[in-house]
Amino acid sequence: MNARDRAAEVARQVRDPEMPMLTLADLGVLRDVELDGGGEVVVSITPTYTGCPAMATMRDDLVHRLREAGFDRVEVRIVLDPPWSSDWISERGRAALREAGLSAPGPAPRRTGPIPLTLGPARSAPPCPRCGSAATRLTSEFGATACKALYRCTGCQEPFEHVKEI
Amino acid sequence: MNDEYAGDSSQWAFGTGFEDPLAGVDTTVPQGVDPAELAAYCLMLGDDALIMSQRLSEWCSRAPDLEEDIALANMALDLLGQARLLLARAAAADPGVVPALPEGSPVPAEDALAFFRDAEQFRNVRLAEVENGDFAHVVVRLLLFSVARLALLERLRTSPDQVLAAVAAKGVKEITYHRDWAGRWFLTLAQGTEESRRRLETALEALWPYQAELLAPHTGFGVDPATLRGEVDVVLDQVFAVSGVERPGDAPPSDAGREPIGGTGRELPGGTGRDGAHTAALAPLLAEMQVVARAHPSGRW
Repeated sequence: MNARDRAAEVARQVRDPEMPMLTLADLGVLRDVELDGGGEVVVSITPTYTGCPAMATMRDDLVHRLREAGFDRVEVRIVLDPPWSSDWISERGRAALREAGLSAPGPAPRRTGPIPLTLGPARSAPPCPRCGSAATRLTSEFGATACKALYRCTGCQEPFEHVKEI
Repeated sequence: MNDEYAGDSSQWAFGTGFEDPLAGVDTTVPQGVDPAELAAYCLMLGDDALIMSQRLSEWCSRAPDLEEDIALANMALDLLGQARLLLARAAAADPGVVPALPEGSPVPAEDALAFFRDAEQFRNVRLAEVENGDFAHVVVRLLLFSVARLALLERLRTSPDQVLAAVAAKGVKEITYHRDWAGRWFLTLAQGTEESRRRLETALEALWPYQAELLAPHTGFGVDPATLRGEVDVVLDQVFAVSGVERPGDAPPSDAGREPIGGTGRELPGGTGRDGAHTAALAPLLAEMQVVARAHPSGRW
């Protein structure tokens, strides 16, 4: 394995600080790992939400892990375009979310033109990740982190978090 | 699950975060775009987001229930993120907009803009700064703000400035949630109890005079908010129709002695927040937001 691939492999193992069942690669936040001519590792990451407060922690974790692996010089860059989409969460990531009792996002809405106002339930409610019941109800479009909504299952009565489609 | 991090001090490196939210982003001003105009435009949108975010964050622990508390905090955070990028973009386009700080101060440009400008240097709409009221007040404020901001960001996705276009593309996804949250609560309060409807109508009456400012003409670089009037009206009228609430008449806040909330007559005649003419509510907001940063102009956070 060459140095670039080795650096990429280290970066891919770094976990998301807020949803540690996912690696940054599974979450789709890790966009690129390059080795420049001078031996510096350049890692590109993108925020899930603009205000994501975990970006600094992700940066620090990436730098720390890569240094541990022998890459002394690491630069972490932000990529804003194209914006992160929940569609970028890998199959492995979706399975890890379900395993942890979270509901994985459905397909992100694809829109052209003005975005229609939604005054009713925004989308069909996801099934309960615990009992599988389809009888679930939205509690709030906003949850403990920017990327999650809160639901409640009326079958097993348990609340659960759903990673939002964006 | 996090045992692997135990004793790992680097895991706790909060506060050493990204000094620059545009780290590694190409901030070259595109050919044909005037850097000063681009900076002024980004400052206007960034100030809207920053001041609105500050007002929303004041709701923390005060909302009617936990879910709505979390919702308001999330929206404040989204807007803070937009503000950081937009202020950083303004500073990168035209460093002349950044207030001077003591030599050697480590304060990044976005923080200098947020914490070291006075009220008359802010370019936010007054709708963002007026004091908080009850829950109906924040619902109406967010509805008016988000409908206009969403329409503007939708257009800015094709801005010739790639940074602004990227911020807009991301912001559209976030503000869609804010707008729809506000629209649903507007409907709920309108069709709830007599009391909830009374409060909603009171809030609408108090805030509507500030709505026009969101669509005030802007010349120079960027999408002119005045051109959004049609699509903004379509959405607002949809909410009013479904809720059975009458659309208020259009009277600017400075007309016929109508005093803005918290007004003390300091407003310039005909001036708006876009000109730096603010209500008396902005200065105390800034005093609270800026006091720590100003006490330590060479502090490292």
